[in-house]
Amino acid sequence: MELPRPNPMVLERRAEIVARLKEALPADTVIDDPRGLVAYECDALTAYRCPPLAVVLPRSTDEVAAALRICHAMDVPVVPRGAGTSLAGGSLPTADAVVIGVARLTEVLETDYADRIIRLQTGRTNLSVTGAVEADGFFYAPDPSSQLACAISGNIGMNSGGAHCLKYGVTTNNLLGVTMVLMDGTVVEIGGAYMDAGDLDLLSVICGSEGQLGIVTEATLRILPKPEGARPVLMGFDSSRVAGACVSDIIEAGVLPVAIEFMDRPCIRACEAFAHAGYPDVEALLIIEVEGSPAEIDHQLRLIREIAERHAPEVIRESTSAEESAAIWLGRKSAFGAMGQINDYMCLDGTIPVTELPLVLERIGELSAQYGLGVANVFHAGDGNMHPLILFDANKPGDLELCEQMGADILRLCVEVGGCLTGEHGVGVEKRDLMTVQFSREDLEAQLKVKDVFDPKWLLNAAKVFPLAVTEGRRP
Amino acid sequence: MTVITPASEAELADAVRSANAPFAIRGGGTRSPAATRPVLSTAALSGVVLYEPGALTLVVKAGTPLAEVEAVLAEKSQRLAFEPMDHRPVLGTSGEPTIGGALAVNASGPRRVQAGAARDFLLGAVFVDGEGTRVRNGGRVMKNVTGYDLARLQAGARGTLGVLTELSFKVLPVPERVATLALACDDPSRAVAEMARALGSPYEVTGAAWDAARMLLRIEGFAESVSYRAGELARLIPGLVPVDEDPWPALRDGAALAETQRDIWRISLRASHGAILAERLCGAGAKVTLDWGGALLWAAVAPGTDLRAQMADLGGHATRLRGEGNIPALHPDPAPVAALAAGLRQKFDPRGLFAPEG
Repeated sequence: MELPRPNPMVLERRAEIVARLKEALPADTVIDDPRGLVAYECDALTAYRCPPLAVVLPRSTDEVAAALRICHAMDVPVVPRGAGTSLAGGSLPTADAVVIGVARLTEVLETDYADRIIRLQTGRTNLSVTGAVEADGFFYAPDPSSQLACAISGNIGMNSGGAHCLKYGVTTNNLLGVTMVLMDGTVVEIGGAYMDAGDLDLLSVICGSEGQLGIVTEATLRILPKPEGARPVLMGFDSSRVAGACVSDIIEAGVLPVAIEFMDRPCIRACEAFAHAGYPDVEALLIIEVEGSPAEIDHQLRLIREIAERHAPEVIRESTSAEESAAIWLGRKSAFGAMGQINDYMCLDGTIPVTELPLVLERIGELSAQYGLGVANVFHAGDGNMHPLILFDANKPGDLELCEQMGADILRLCVEVGGCLTGEHGVGVEKRDLMTVQFSREDLEAQLKVKDVFDPKWLLNAAKVFPLAVTEGRRP
Repeated sequence: MTVITPASEAELADAVRSANAPFAIRGGGTRSPAATRPVLSTAALSGVVLYEPGALTLVVKAGTPLAEVEAVLAEKSQRLAFEPMDHRPVLGTSGEPTIGGALAVNASGPRRVQAGAARDFLLGAVFVDGEGTRVRNGGRVMKNVTGYDLARLQAGARGTLGVLTELSFKVLPVPERVATLALACDDPSRAVAEMARALGSPYEVTGAAWDAARMLLRIEGFAESVSYRAGELARLIPGLVPVDEDPWPALRDGAALAETQRDIWRISLRASHGAILAERLCGAGAKVTLDWGGALLWAAVAPGTDLRAQMADLGGHATRLRGEGNIPALHPDPAPVAALAAGLRQKFDPRGLFAPEG
């Protein structure tokens, strides 16, 4: 993976840039000492690191605008940062970039249960959005596994999903409005506490634009009443293929669970050791969750059980208590961490049509044998969003490169069967160079035109999302 | 008037490339009166490309009549959950609504309040931009954050960024049972308050409207679950009674207002502000109904009325669906936002071939 060479003209003016930022902003807002900058040298894609030129941590939209105006005037690249949990390198800096982080923007600005909205500053973490409204019986639906740490700004940038989006949708389906600062410092209000756009639906393209169109400082989100209850059921199968077929049958039968999660044996064992959720030791495990009143839950689980029985499951076990349900989810949501305790791994995020699950799992198995690298599979089976974890040894020379090659092959496979490179993590730098697998030159050019409009100088997070060769001539 | 009906995406792209004057893009023609420009019709770009009930996905050419799409889905007990409105009753037009037309205006019915809009069910789009370039964006899977979401940007863009040729959607199962509950209520503020109570409950209300005489709620799902939730809602909101009729298609289409000789407006605003504006407009003699728990207000007002002047303090936006005159049909955006929209149109349609008529 290559990053553009830092612009020497910008590096030369480092002192002047920092001075202008310090002059315009409160003293503790600007970080420029080398030790302080190290904290911002990477996000959760830790394989790549580069300390930025400076970091700005504003306390208001106005301060974000002030910092951007200076960078714009001085042609300084800017890398926006939420909580730094991107697995795709979305907030990886370059040496000539000023990182603008929203970590200090964490206030809830308004909560309205009658209109079912919350307006907040986007540095707030995903889980603490629900935290702000759950005592009153509401929640914010998108639930990425990193929800304890990740910020809403990053969720908007990557259009984050989660386990429960089979029913509730992803960020774009739950975002009503934003306050966003454009690269030139202009503050725009787009959408609000109402449902539809008047003219163009700009929110559509802002959500998921990976911080390339502006810095979102405030957001209006849809909140939902909590269901009366929810209950997961575990089902174990003796092959991934059968588990995949069971998922398709459940969906086709008209039952719509809130979540259908899949894990294979390596992942089950790691999660079980970590969370002691009582996962059975089987080849393939499904966690299926349904919601409603106790009677509604019983009814849906009965239907799901009937379908599953046709696929000869080894185990079917319903959760019998709130504690057990929590443990089941803790196991699933800790999957990445649990795997990390036993191995280095690279996490992929391709999506495939659900009907292709058996084929794709088989081909991933073949690739694993071919490359000699283990794979653990954990993913959102209901919507086809796969997270194969490729296991490698970071201390073994050449292993990371081998792992990246295998990852690329798996993502090519996802595209080949009608899917895409990334379902919820974003492209970042990680999948940037694979974009031409999924898109034609014309398809990419159309996307670049959008950035041309929002950020004509191509200063915002410009080394991400698109292959560098494609953006050559646009980037400064 | 000339009507160009390309038989393929390639022919359509050729027609756009060789054009030297603006078109009127036409799906089924249910929203447009007689065009004053050459018509570019998607009628021949029709048919289902791929339907996978087990993946809840449908790929369809943009000129496919909605009725055909719905029939194909019904065979597998599935449907388009966003309940696109039929513009014919309000506009007095003929023709057949198409899936492309529905997406181009982001046509979303009563279920929008719970399930989402047309844009929320869109998975991908292919369109031909103003330079005749074919662009594919999104795909046919439910979770996809690969690159910018240009597909969703087409929802509500009214063809001004490109001519839609192919669309993919997430579809949903048809529920086993549907029930409608009504509460006699001629006060819009009370109706909105009661709707908020219902929508704030865990009983999954998929329609919440006020037809000027009644507050109406809809619940859908498995039979046992529907009876259970109907009972709980009746406990929550005393006076709520089941009704046998299906009022939702008429509410979806603004049919109650269609009979009048007045201008018809559709206003998207904050639900609680829907109550405030309804009070104002009813007081001034307008005919008003509410949907989406109050977040969508339909109004029939005297011809030439500028409704926007009466909601300046409330936010949201008003679209004039029927009526003529100097008042723009779409709500003007604030200057910096309008500049972004204009910039995008300049990029995707530099020759202004798809600019709205008038």
